[in-house]
Amino acid sequence: MSYFIDRRPNARNKSAVNRQRFLKRYRAHIKRAVEESVNRRSITDMERGEKVSIPSRDISEPSFQHGPGGRRTIVSPGNKQFAEGDRLRRPSGGAGGGGSGEGQASNQGEGVDEFVFTLSREEFLDFVFDGLALPHLERKQLRVLEETRPVRAGISREGVPARINIVRSMREAQARRIGMRAPLKRALREAQEALAAEERQDPVLRNPARIDELKSEIERLEKRIASIPFLDTYDLRYNHLTRQPMPSNQAVMFCVMDVSGSMTQAHKDIGKRFFLLLYLFLERNYEKVELVFVRHHTVAKEVDEEEFFYSRETGGTIVSSALTLVDRIIEARYSPEQWNLYVAQASDGDNWDDDSSTCLKLLDESLMAKLQYFTYVEITPHAHQALWDAYATIKTAYPERFAMEQIVQAEDIYPVFRELFRQRAES
Amino acid sequence: MTRRKPIATGSDWNFETLERYEQAIAELAREYRLDTYPNQIEIITSEQMMDAYASVGMPVGYHHWSFGKQFLSVEQAYRRGQMGLAYELVINSDPCIAYLMEENSLMMQVLVIAHACYGHNSFFKGNYLFQTWTDASAIVDYLVFARKYVAQCEERHGVEAVEQLLDACHALQNYGVDRYKRPSPISAEAEARRQEEREAYLQTQVNTLWSTIPERAAPFADHLLPDSENDPLGLHRHGRYPSEPQENLLYFLEKNAPLLEPWQREIVRIVRKLAQYFYPQRQTQVMNEGWATFWHYTLMNRLYDDGLIDEGLMLEFLQSHTSVVSQPDYDSPYFGGINPYALGFAMFSDIQRICQAPTDEDREWFPDIAGSDWLDTLHFAMHNFKDESFIQQFLSPKVIRDLKLFSLVDDDRDDSLQIEAIHDDRGYRRIREALSVQYALSAREPNIQVWEADIRGDRSLTLRHVQDRRRPLGQSLFPVLRHLHQLWGFPVKLESIENGDTVRRYQWPIPETGRESA
Repeated sequence: MSYFIDRRPNARNKSAVNRQRFLKRYRAHIKRAVEESVNRRSITDMERGEKVSIPSRDISEPSFQHGPGGRRTIVSPGNKQFAEGDRLRRPSGGAGGGGSGEGQASNQGEGVDEFVFTLSREEFLDFVFDGLALPHLERKQLRVLEETRPVRAGISREGVPARINIVRSMREAQARRIGMRAPLKRALREAQEALAAEERQDPVLRNPARIDELKSEIERLEKRIASIPFLDTYDLRYNHLTRQPMPSNQAVMFCVMDVSGSMTQAHKDIGKRFFLLLYLFLERNYEKVELVFVRHHTVAKEVDEEEFFYSRETGGTIVSSALTLVDRIIEARYSPEQWNLYVAQASDGDNWDDDSSTCLKLLDESLMAKLQYFTYVEITPHAHQALWDAYATIKTAYPERFAMEQIVQAEDIYPVFRELFRQRAES
Repeated sequence: MTRRKPIATGSDWNFETLERYEQAIAELAREYRLDTYPNQIEIITSEQMMDAYASVGMPVGYHHWSFGKQFLSVEQAYRRGQMGLAYELVINSDPCIAYLMEENSLMMQVLVIAHACYGHNSFFKGNYLFQTWTDASAIVDYLVFARKYVAQCEERHGVEAVEQLLDACHALQNYGVDRYKRPSPISAEAEARRQEEREAYLQTQVNTLWSTIPERAAPFADHLLPDSENDPLGLHRHGRYPSEPQENLLYFLEKNAPLLEPWQREIVRIVRKLAQYFYPQRQTQVMNEGWATFWHYTLMNRLYDDGLIDEGLMLEFLQSHTSVVSQPDYDSPYFGGINPYALGFAMFSDIQRICQAPTDEDREWFPDIAGSDWLDTLHFAMHNFKDESFIQQFLSPKVIRDLKLFSLVDDDRDDSLQIEAIHDDRGYRRIREALSVQYALSAREPNIQVWEADIRGDRSLTLRHVQDRRRPLGQSLFPVLRHLHQLWGFPVKLESIENGDTVRRYQWPIPETGRESA
């Protein structure tokens, strides 16, 4: 008695719980590996899994086993040259002990082999944002910029020569040629047969007038057939394009960071997670996201990612220099009509005393009108300074599009984005 | 036999062709008297196969991180292409559950049906170890019970507490079997019914054992203890507890560990019962795989002879079969120990040969079976042996010669290795003996038993390791002792004894002065 059962439609993640248990148990190891890879990877390269390795001895499941030493007899296959009583030098690096066909023997080895496995993308991000307490990411419906784009919309009889659809035109032409020739060819064949029949008759009985008539008919038909054009204007077909309104699907994100002496690497690492979070959010919303890194102390400079996060500078701080540069870059390369503009700024709150009012003015008069969203984090456990107050004014003026938060640890980053992530649920 | 038309050709399969092949194989199997449990053949995807793998072949299992680890390593190896998944997985249950992967070709599915559903299945049903140690009709229910119970405990006592307990139990699971006593069969229903009573009962038992007021000693026991001068109050006159060494560590802990809660005892019991279920499989690897391989080979050939499979399918089968039974030499980079498929298949085929076409050598070595009915002999061998005794009984000089087996002595007091025996007249018996020992569980795993629980003193637990041929315990010893200490709750000691002398002592927690050693 046998029966078949098709289990394929059943759930396939029976091991998911055990997998999570494992990840939980080795949280510390995995977190370390993830942290290393966050620091190694570029912001734009976070959305993939990561290979994690843990030293095997840390995760072994112990049991009573024989250790090396003592006297043991091993039976192996494939003798070639040995004879009874032969003595061999013990191979260095541990003989293949207890080869009882279990294949387990290697587990006892003292090699530092690693247990390697791959975290999925989701698991990786979970670890990256571990402690950030991210709620389910509901995203805001972003402001849609109207723009049009030509899209194909079938075939038409009219158009410009550049859009001729050759295949369709040739097909039309062939159909027309076949259609127009068919009756002429039939008449021609009939005339030729009649002529042949006439000529086959006894010369006495031939009707020369009839022959002449047929001959001229044949000549006329042949001419007509030859005169059918290979391609007529009537045949031409054109690809038709219509203009369709398109939401703009590109965004640019300005990462602005203070790199003056007071910003330590720890500050920058928190900053990196902050930028990363915004990037991930934008990346899901837009087809194309460009990153612009602007760092500043007393002067601002556009740099690449590597330099942005890992080079050190010293000196004072003039925040407005960075905002000015951002404004200039927008002017030059990213028209607000075509790009969704985001600015994320991280700083420890220091600023040149009378510069904060300049920032206020710059934001209010120029930048805020162009931006979708401005986020600011102040990474400091200390009291606020003038810059915070200036930004607070902006926040009251643009509550929808401006977020700021003081951050001491990485956990505090999320509230900055709360507005951004919450709005969809409301709408 | 009249040649019939092949049931199907090519490599695509569908349920109809599989059913027809299954019927054809079943018919042949009856002819060969293969007695099986009903087959439940399940078609699964490769992901599901990985899941099945990770739960060590249990169709349902309780949750534990170690299965997750298993899953991750299988997944990693599979993704990297280092390892093909096994084509099949079969579970010793009634009905016998066999998994077939949907990616398999038609040939593979037919092969797996022959191998798993008739080979392994008949072995599970017929072999004495399986008959004694497992109850195929109850295992699935028991697994469901175990899973539910563990989940309940997790809810009540927290995932972490349960996990730690399971870790400790897993470390000792190879010592959770009564090797010499015949076990009582497991049954989920009875388990569930009795479980509550048992919780209460177990606790009263343990309480008695550990009650702080000692019982009055039996008066007639006095003369048994000569040094009552040292013990004028007779506190020690009960002698050592337990009076006999206990080989089943988990059982001993379940019944005697002073501090375990009733639910903890129940989980110890679950791990112990499952260890018992897998115990026969650990001892019949060569036989089980050999038997299944022998039968898939025989059945596939019959299908071909009867014309039910065509040449193309047969060639594909032979290619696959050859790689399954290949045995790389000891010096090959592919060598990973003796391939149980190769050894088992060679031995069963050789028994058939000895019966059908015995040589003089066979008549001398196997007077009982040379020339006997091969099918009877094969069934006899399958029913009544385990790897150790099967090799001892049936490993023939021809198989030793074919595999060119040799035995090598590795003695740490000798700075070179010595070839003890090779495939010649002087060596056959010694190789047979050595290979048999190599498969004996008693030699593969250290012999460790409970020696004494000091119930009247510091409550420490002493284990004895009977050391064999100076082979010491491996490094994993201390982690295991730590787990044991968690279960016992008081210090745990271990002594290695060889020839009556204590050669080494271990203790956990490690005393302040550091580890003692002799």
